Amino acid sequence: MGAKILFNIVQVLVVMLCSPLVKGVLDRFKERVQSKKGPSIFQPYRDIWKLFHKDEVVSDESSWIFRFTPYVVFVAPIFVTLLIPVLTDYPLFFAFMGDMLAGGSILALAGFFATLAAIDTGNPYGPMGASRTRMVGFLAEPVFMIVFFTVSFVAGSTIPYIVQQAWITPLANFFEPSHVLVMLAFLMLIIAENGRIPVDNPSGHFELAMIDESKALEYSGRGAALMKWGGCMKFFVLLCIFLNVLVTPWGLADGPSIGGLLLAIPLILLKMLVFLVVLVAIESSLAKLRLFRIPEFMGAAFVTSVVAVVVQLIEM
Amino acid sequence: MNQLNALAGGLFILTVFGIVGLRQVIGCLRLFVMQSVLLAVSALILGIETGSIHLFAVAGLTIGTKALLIPWLLYRLLSHEIHARREIRQVLSIPTSLLIAAGLTIFAYFTVRPLLDINSSAFIRVNLPIGMGGIVVGAFAITMRREALPQLLGILTMENGAFMAGISIAPNLPLIAELAAAFDVLIIALVTGLLTRRIHRRVGTTRVGDMASLKEE
Repeated sequence: MGAKILFNIVQVLVVMLCSPLVKGVLDRFKERVQSKKGPSIFQPYRDIWKLFHKDEVVSDESSWIFRFTPYVVFVAPIFVTLLIPVLTDYPLFFAFMGDMLAGGSILALAGFFATLAAIDTGNPYGPMGASRTRMVGFLAEPVFMIVFFTVSFVAGSTIPYIVQQAWITPLANFFEPSHVLVMLAFLMLIIAENGRIPVDNPSGHFELAMIDESKALEYSGRGAALMKWGGCMKFFVLLCIFLNVLVTPWGLADGPSIGGLLLAIPLILLKMLVFLVVLVAIESSLAKLRLFRIPEFMGAAFVTSVVAVVVQLIEM
Repeated sequence: MNQLNALAGGLFILTVFGIVGLRQVIGCLRLFVMQSVLLAVSALILGIETGSIHLFAVAGLTIGTKALLIPWLLYRLLSHEIHARREIRQVLSIPTSLLIAAGLTIFAYFTVRPLLDINSSAFIRVNLPIGMGGIVVGAFAITMRREALPQLLGILTMENGAFMAGISIAPNLPLIAELAAAFDVLIIALVTGLLTRRIHRRVGTTRVGDMASLKEE
């Protein structure tokens, strides 16, 4: 009982403390590939620290939504953390409170508030970015649905802990075509949802071309820090779902011992490191799509997930 | 083994979608090579499982003609066409055609469903619907695309689909029939390639979709 509470706290702490590191490593890698020196991998921590010590400026025209949103964006990934396997491969307290759809809807709630806040201030770039994010979002929605259908079709459940077991017992299930195709589709989703390169350029500073970034333009001080940190955590949580549930469900703590739990932390970071190399390879070898090409990218993801269902159906 | 075959099948149908949905000609051609390799892999797996020597011949023939000879031939004949940077023109937009293609695959699955009830070995269950899907979506690609080379790739995709279904239903097809089929495809590619080259020389374009009316000289 006490151990489980401790485990939950450790999971949340890992997500909170390691997520800026993941972003820092990703930025550094990318600059290195472009043969630049790149910022230190601890730069996101410094940014967040600096922003917390700055004054906050809030527009007179804005309503409570604008002030409330950073907290929602910050808290939502923490709630999702309680539902998914971050460090352990057996369910903790809240695992049966909600499945992957619940996790998706919590993240969607944060996205909803971020959209409202972007419209709230009357800055022209905010609504533009918000509407573009919605466009990508609603194209991603059917893919999410079909991926979840496939997963529940195979595993008979959408609780991530159960799904994770279904893919690797027996090991031959790992090479199940629907599994490989779902992984592909989910990879494309992660790219679209986090505004990585074929869909959106995360390091661009040109407001007219921004999709994801422009929603947080109006924030300063503590609000900006929370938005930034929340964004890092969302990325971390999605990576956890992708790696721990779909791709490599190994290397998680399997017993109630503290040692195993602590060993799982470097292992998950190692898995993420490998994934970040793949992501950097994708980002560096592709050009950003034009805005109206994004439906094609998401269409490809959709078809991939539909094929996953069809193949599963064929094999039945 | 069964899973590996299904994986090859799943990726095969994905490349078929790619033939419908990709914009660059060179990308389509590479996808076609991948598709042929996947077909060969499937034939190899079936050959090992059923112990049929003919399927090894099919795998070898597929690699030889479709993954090496035909792409090389098309490269030689139509290199300007392949390396053109412009995009392929389509009748419908790409997301729409992808959706229709997905619908056609499901349709293909339901058309072969009665056959699966008669004989349901694990390989037929995978290969027959996927091959059927390849045939239907390949035909759809021919109607969708407005240019000669992607249309040719559509025909070849149909052919690949037919092979995909064929190797599972009739693993002991005589070698001579397979040889004839492989040779046939080669000739189709050669003739269409030459024809396209002529068209390009005469008209300056290969957008055969635009050539709707006859012209008197």
